[in-house]
Amino acid sequence: MTNSNIIDRSKRYTNPYLSGFLLGMVLLATFYITGRGLGASGAIKSTVVATVATVSESHAAGSDYYSKFISDDNHPMNNWLVFQVIGVLAGAFLSGALAGRLKLKVEHSPKISSRTRLIMAGIGGLLFGIGSQLGRGCTSGTALSGMASMALAGFIALLTIFGGGYLFAYFFRKFWI
Amino acid sequence: MTGPLIPMGIIGQGWDLVIALLIGMAFGYVLESAGFSSSRKLAGVFYGYDFTVLRVFFTAAITAMVGLLYFGYMGWIDLSMIYVNPTFLIAAIVGGLIMGLGFIAGGYCPGTSMCGVAIGKIDAMVFTGGMFVGILIFSEAFPLIQGIYESHSLGPVKVNEVLGLSTGTFALLLIIVALLAFIITRIVENKVKKVEY
Repeated sequence: MTNSNIIDRSKRYTNPYLSGFLLGMVLLATFYITGRGLGASGAIKSTVVATVATVSESHAAGSDYYSKFISDDNHPMNNWLVFQVIGVLAGAFLSGALAGRLKLKVEHSPKISSRTRLIMAGIGGLLFGIGSQLGRGCTSGTALSGMASMALAGFIALLTIFGGGYLFAYFFRKFWI
Repeated sequence: MTGPLIPMGIIGQGWDLVIALLIGMAFGYVLESAGFSSSRKLAGVFYGYDFTVLRVFFTAAITAMVGLLYFGYMGWIDLSMIYVNPTFLIAAIVGGLIMGLGFIAGGYCPGTSMCGVAIGKIDAMVFTGGMFVGILIFSEAFPLIQGIYESHSLGPVKVNEVLGLSTGTFALLLIIVALLAFIITRIVENKVKKVEY
C-alpha cells in the first residue's frame, strides 16, 4: 500500500445525508429513552462547577450560578451529560481509529501558523463557552435537540449560531481560506 | 412500551449512566465519521467550499422531528413528557451570536471539538480548554449578566405555536426548506473555489 492510499482513506467520510439520518435516529432514540436530547457544553459546565466546588465549596455555594447545579448534584441526570460526552470521546476515537485518522496534530490553513491557529482556537472556545451559558446550551443541546422537539429556542439558536458565523465570516476569512 | 422510558420508570435509574455512555458513543461515532472532527471541514459551511455541516445537521433535525411526531401519533411516546427548551429571548439571541463568533474563530462547537480531541487534534484540545475558561468567566460574572440571562422569558414555547401552524404543517415546511437548501448549497459548492484540506 502506498502512502497516498493511506491519505485517501483518512479523508473518506460517510455520506452526509446518511450521517444525518443516523444522527437523527440516535437523537430520536435519546428522546425515546430519556425524554430529552443530546448535549455537549453541559458536560464542560459540570466539570467547571465540580472544579470550583472542589477548590472552594463556599464560593460555589454562594454563587447564584454554580448553586443552580450543585443543589441537585445527587440527581442522576446531572451526571448524564458527563457520561454521554465520555461516550462521544470513545465513539469518535473508534471511528477515527477505523478510518486511520488518529494523529496528534494542529490542523490549520497553510496560510497561517500553528501558533495562530491555536490562539484562535482558544479564543473561539472561550467565546463559545460564554455564549453557550448565556444561550442555555450549544449546537447539540439547544439547536439540534431543540429543533427536533420544535422548541422556539432551538430555531433561535440555529439562526443565531449559524447566522452569527456567516455574519462574522468575512472578518475571519484569512484564517480559513 | 410508551416512552420516554426513563421518566416513565420503565428503565430503572441504575441504567442511566450505561445508556448515557452508549448513546454518547453512537453520537461521537456518527459525528466523527461524517468528518466533524475537522475544523476546516466544519468552517467550509461558512465559506461555501463544503456544506457537509448543513446536510448532516438539517437531515438529523428533520429525521428526529418527524420521528418524534410519528412516535406520538402511534402512541409510542407521550410527547407532553418531551423536554422543550425554554426561550429567554434576549439571552438566546445574544448567546447564539457569541457562539457564532466563537464558531468562526475557533472552527469547532463543543460536541465537534470533543470529536477532534478524541482523534488527536491539538487545536480541538485548546478549544475545549478555552470553553472551560469561558464558562468559568461567565459563572464568575453571573451577577452582572443575570439581568440579560433572565429577561424576556417566554417559557417552553414551540416554534409552530408562535407561527400559528400545526406541528405537521411546520414539519412539512421545514422539509421543503431543507430540500431547497440542499439544492442551492450544491450549486454554490460547485461554483466556489476548492479548498484543499
